[in-house]
Amino acid sequence: MVHQFCFKGINIIVDTESGAVHIADEITYDLCEILTPPLFEACPEHAYKALSEKYGRYEVTDAYGELYSLYKAGELFSEEYKGPDSKIPLTGAPIKALCLHVSHDCNMRCGYCFAKTGDFGTGRNIMDFETAKRAIDFVIERSGKRRNIEIDFFGGEPLMAFDTVKKTVEYARGFEKKCDKVFRFTITTNGLLLDEENTDYINREMSNVVLSLDGRREINDKIRKTVNGEGTFDAIVPKMQRLVKLRNKNKDHYIRGTFTKENVDFCSDIEEMLSLGFRNLSMEPVVLKGKGPYPLSEAELPRIYEEYERLCDLLLSKENTDQEFLFFHFMIDLDQGPCILKRMRGCGAGFEYVAVTPEGDIYPCHQFVGHQEYKLGNLYQNTFDFALSDTFAGINLKTRSGCSECWAKYYCGGGCSASNLTVNGDTAKPYELGCKLERKRVECAIYLKARRMMG
Amino acid sequence: MKHLTKLCSATLKKSAEKGGCGECQTSCQSACKTSCTVANQKCENKK
Ligand code: SF4
Ligand code: SF4
Repeated sequence: MVHQFCFKGINIIVDTESGAVHIADEITYDLCEILTPPLFEACPEHAYKALSEKYGRYEVTDAYGELYSLYKAGELFSEEYKGPDSKIPLTGAPIKALCLHVSHDCNMRCGYCFAKTGDFGTGRNIMDFETAKRAIDFVIERSGKRRNIEIDFFGGEPLMAFDTVKKTVEYARGFEKKCDKVFRFTITTNGLLLDEENTDYINREMSNVVLSLDGRREINDKIRKTVNGEGTFDAIVPKMQRLVKLRNKNKDHYIRGTFTKENVDFCSDIEEMLSLGFRNLSMEPVVLKGKGPYPLSEAELPRIYEEYERLCDLLLSKENTDQEFLFFHFMIDLDQGPCILKRMRGCGAGFEYVAVTPEGDIYPCHQFVGHQEYKLGNLYQNTFDFALSDTFAGINLKTRSGCSECWAKYYCGGGCSASNLTVNGDTAKPYELGCKLERKRVECAIYLKARRMMG
Repeated sequence: MKHLTKLCSATLKKSAEKGGCGECQTSCQSACKTSCTVANQKCENKK
């Protein structure tokens, strides 16, 4: 499968199945567009004819020669990757990542929260150490030979359960040598409870920290409010600045915002983050269904596409200045990214990755929490529904509807089952608007790489 | 080549040979987390 697009004057040809990406001049780009595999040594007559008004026969032959050599080398119209399916552990895969919902309570009330203001509709609760301990035991047992284990402290607001967080980290670290495991801890926080102690702790123990901020004060404060309905910008920004300033450069962190219909001009939020001193940035589309002030719809698409393009310009204009920044979704590693098997499997929710609630309930991921029909088991009852887990393990690029035919599939990995469920009522049916945005972001990322290469 | 420049070569299928070790990070894509596309993950299996 070949995908071609012209982005700010650069002609790009993506060969999906091989992962090869080419920059083409105009004639080659035009010619490639009218070719269909299989290709033969001689350029087909219909191609000469179609291009005869624009280019001479000799030029077309020359361009075809180059396209044909790519074809022969397996870098254009290459065949679909078939297997080895046996290497995709469809069932019984080890669990290697946990999302620990240490707090089903939150000190903010954000307008777009999918967790029903923090408790996921399951009642406000803080995870005690006993439950967290069981979760760690569970993942050690179920991780088999996998060495790297990820634990994400999530909520609600995880800093409301900081005591549990600290005890859990200590407990898990105790197994690292004994069981030859490496734990990577991450935390996602709204920042309100950050203080000197927990900031230092996070900077020491967490390999990644995600700080939620929506950008401009008026945008942030309209949605991200305290329980009393006040804006949070002034309270959280200095705390986040302090954390980032003190953080070791070798460890990850992200300032993560959400954009809704209210701020499709999110580049202005990125600019605000830059002026606040933040450089590792992410801004993501809200996933909500229905009407109301926040959900995105097809009507906003052209505007959002434009905004992503603006963001490309902004990113390039800041390079080699003191405001040089990273935008998470454009950081696609075209050469050295994960293997194709990983790309086919995607996020691993429900079989490689599970979420645990304060009650010890196990769900496929944080977004499924509270959907009883997707509950996988419970740590106190020692239950785990292998059959349900296997249905998640069976979801991959080949089984998700539409993904096989999508040019961006190996960059995307198949999207989010939970968003699919939220919007389409079916975990395997891609959320079309999300797909369109994803494809645009991948185009942007490829363009940026091309632009940098061309100087 | 005078018409084409290679931005990235055909490495995808080859990655299967040594791939599938599963040591890499999970890659949630949702808008509420450390979200990302799989393509910006790091492989843990590079020498
Ligand atoms: S963009 Fe959509 S269709 Fe394409 S691979 Fe991702 S989820 Fe599947
Ligand atoms: S289903 Fe969606 S929210 Fe859940 S882990 Fe996968 S990408 Fe993330």
